[in-house]
Amino acid sequence: MSTSAGKPKLGVFKFASCDGCQLSLLDAEDHLLDVLGLVDVTYFLEATSHIEDGPYDVALVEGSITTPHDQERIQDIRRQSSFLITIGACATAGGIQALRNWADCDDFIRTVYASPEYISSLATSTAIADHVQVDFELRGCPINQYQLIEVIQSLVAGRKPRTRTHSVCMDCKQRGNVCITVATGEPCLGPVTQSGCGAICPTYNRGCYGCYGPAKQIHAQSLTDHLIGEGAAPAHVVQLLRNFNSGAEPFRDESNRVEALT
Amino acid sequence: MINQQLSGKEMFLPKSEIQSLIDLLRNDGFTVVGPTIDQEAIVYNEIASVDELPRGWTDRQEPGKYRLQKRGDDACFGFVVGPHSWKKYLFPPLTTVASAEKTEAGWQARTPEPDSTRFAFLGVRACELAAIGIQDRVFTEGTYVDPVYAARRRNAFIIAVNCTQAAPTCFCSSMNTGPRCTSGYDLALTELEDGFVIESGSKEGESLVAGLATQDLTSAQITKADSVRQQAVDQQTRHLDTEGIRDVLLTNLSHTRWEEIGDRCLGCTNCTMVCPTCFCSSVEEVADLSGETVERQRHWDSCFNLSFSYMSHGTTRDRISHRYRQWLTHKLASWHDQFDTSGCVGCGRCITWCPVGIDLTEEVAAIRGDGSASATGGAT
Repeated sequence: MSTSAGKPKLGVFKFASCDGCQLSLLDAEDHLLDVLGLVDVTYFLEATSHIEDGPYDVALVEGSITTPHDQERIQDIRRQSSFLITIGACATAGGIQALRNWADCDDFIRTVYASPEYISSLATSTAIADHVQVDFELRGCPINQYQLIEVIQSLVAGRKPRTRTHSVCMDCKQRGNVCITVATGEPCLGPVTQSGCGAICPTYNRGCYGCYGPAKQIHAQSLTDHLIGEGAAPAHVVQLLRNFNSGAEPFRDESNRVEALT
Repeated sequence: MINQQLSGKEMFLPKSEIQSLIDLLRNDGFTVVGPTIDQEAIVYNEIASVDELPRGWTDRQEPGKYRLQKRGDDACFGFVVGPHSWKKYLFPPLTTVASAEKTEAGWQARTPEPDSTRFAFLGVRACELAAIGIQDRVFTEGTYVDPVYAARRRNAFIIAVNCTQAAPTCFCSSMNTGPRCTSGYDLALTELEDGFVIESGSKEGESLVAGLATQDLTSAQITKADSVRQQAVDQQTRHLDTEGIRDVLLTNLSHTRWEEIGDRCLGCTNCTMVCPTCFCSSVEEVADLSGETVERQRHWDSCFNLSFSYMSHGTTRDRISHRYRQWLTHKLASWHDQFDTSGCVGCGRCITWCPVGIDLTEEVAAIRGDGSASATGGAT
């Protein structure tokens, strides 16, 4: 990516989210100065109060759309950005807050807020791609900082990013991890989850939570049928699928199917 | 270093001498790798002591399920095979095969020296000897020799162990690869209650045995060794009919069974990762942020990944059923055309470690149409 004025301008924008994905850019520490050598950061409220007007060559968008104001703001960001990248499970699939999609959001508002009339909120939490065209989705809860650096680096170099789309299982096997489901019976979403974290949870004897969302062309039902057949409670399987990526279609649909069995 | 003129004499090695065997190898500069318990399974790791062997433990296996279990004795090798194979040492999951650095004089390319580690593999089963033999063909006997594999293989010292039991997932008898170790080792052991029958398969093995306190075998020990080895044959219940298997599979590419299995298969790559013969890899150029140094990295890859068949026009095998068919027909059929051998050694790992317990022997039987499956599709 080249621009007439030198380095590409980068904006970092936040919607409904915990800020963890933006922070992974600041957490890059040893690589931060090198990254700043590749781009001009012109909008990044988490990092600096110095902001410049758009347009932006690259927009990193964190968070999901949960308010009418969000709906308008993402349209504005899209209009000002040449290349829009969503970062993290919130922006890519609605995040953990997409659990509201199975509940009555007004109930929550009445329960939590003393003056609910001041709250303007949508009934759902949805992914950025449900509202505007997204050029690249970087998965994870949170994203992997090395993948983020790779995406920025690849954009600047004008090449395709090396972000792999295979399952978490392949990372486990290459690390020498023993399959936790086969060896202990603990449910794990690794076989249907996209790589990106390097199989952190199975490495520490926990089943995969699916933070990086569904891998491509998954057969979630084959896995859930097997887990339930091996004794997992359907309600537990629903919880497993309704996590940070509950709004991702394959996980959402399969959780609805299993829930109907309970 | 294997298959030279040898005395062929079998000896008795008292159990206490296994530590001496490990010590001799380590003193000789070998990194000894053997079975040990880790992460609720028997895996292969570097070991220094006989105490690290899974003494008194065994494995219970079925499709999609593996559990450790206590034995009633203190056998060192009283199990079959676990999720790891020796492949991870001979064909490592990640290797830098080249690098380049930008200098004032231009790009300076460099090929790293092959790893000079000398591995001694303790506890290699007959199916695994066969798998190493197959990977030897793939990596070293074709037009192009893989220097990474060749260097590690050349340096390796192999101590085989004859199986004395079989898991329900084992079918080495069908593949004619075991359970008896017949060649491809430096030393071979058969475990008895109080020690081992030890035989040499190479001059190096013979000279190592000379340094151990072996004894002449009694006729009772010879009889016992035969009987425990026979036990591994008798316990095998799984069977793969290999008669005409190449043509059976390649003339049934449109069988309805492929779509049925495609619905069960997760496309997760576990079967290919645990397979001791699967050898596919991809190569990537990985640059640092300054763009001034770049490494060419080779990592394990799998035909179950969508990206694996991605070419200029798109993904060639864009359905899981097509990818499963590609794997199975390569493994059991076109491997014969390519390497003059089957790609399967009957170790059963792909059956045990499939998260949903898909069993290739059942799939082949279904495609063969021998009545053990529900599918009724025909040849094209």
